[in-house]
Amino acid sequence: MRWFGRASSEPLWKEEFSVRTADERYVTRRQLTKFLVLTSLGMFVGNVWIFIRSLFYRAPAYPRQTVAKLGEIAVGQVKLFTYPAPDDHCILVRTGENQYVSYSQKCTHLSCAVYYSQSNDRLECPCHQGFFSIKDGSVLQGPPSRPLPRVILEADGEYLVATEVKA
Amino acid sequence: MPAPTQLPPPTRGLTAIAGAMSLIAVLLIVQVWLLSAALESFLAGHRESALPAAVFSGVMFLICLGLYVFVDRVDQEVRRPDRDR
Repeated sequence: MRWFGRASSEPLWKEEFSVRTADERYVTRRQLTKFLVLTSLGMFVGNVWIFIRSLFYRAPAYPRQTVAKLGEIAVGQVKLFTYPAPDDHCILVRTGENQYVSYSQKCTHLSCAVYYSQSNDRLECPCHQGFFSIKDGSVLQGPPSRPLPRVILEADGEYLVATEVKA
Repeated sequence: MPAPTQLPPPTRGLTAIAGAMSLIAVLLIVQVWLLSAALESFLAGHRESALPAAVFSGVMFLICLGLYVFVDRVDQEVRRPDRDR
């Protein structure tokens, strides 16, 4: 009796699930082009997002904060402090008898902490050898593409006061 | 006997599709660069470049969209079952 038998020689699972893996993975030209165009849309949305962020950007109000006492550190020495928030680490360098400079300690490449190299007279990032000028924080060498944000200092009596951070 | 329809050979259609897709890929690379440059500029405090970057990126997206419509149409034409009759 072959009333319930199958005439085909193919296995039952192949007849009932006739989707081939190779066909399923095949990407047509139209699919690939659609994917590329959607990626292009994503890039455009990213640029629009940056533009909207720039429209609503408000410069933060920086507090005045005493950083150090004048003469507290020797020439060529540094002092670490946080400004304006407790998580924003900064470095103060005394470059001359009456000269002080201060920068954010966060490398603009991947946020490693930079340190002052007295022998080379520059700020150095140990992670990827990014070097910054001690004069203005500009990039001298390495992967960082932006200068270090500078902390603006003022002398207030016998104290150095941080007043602002300039990117 | 009716005259055969004058259609471009399928290889020409495929060449047009390949050219359009290559152009889309090039535009996409430029858009990636534009996005990274705009982000770098924004983070550096130069916010004036955000608008031109967004406009150029939008123009490139529209060109990509137009090329996609072109690829779609040509691809449908190339795959039409009665095209070689």
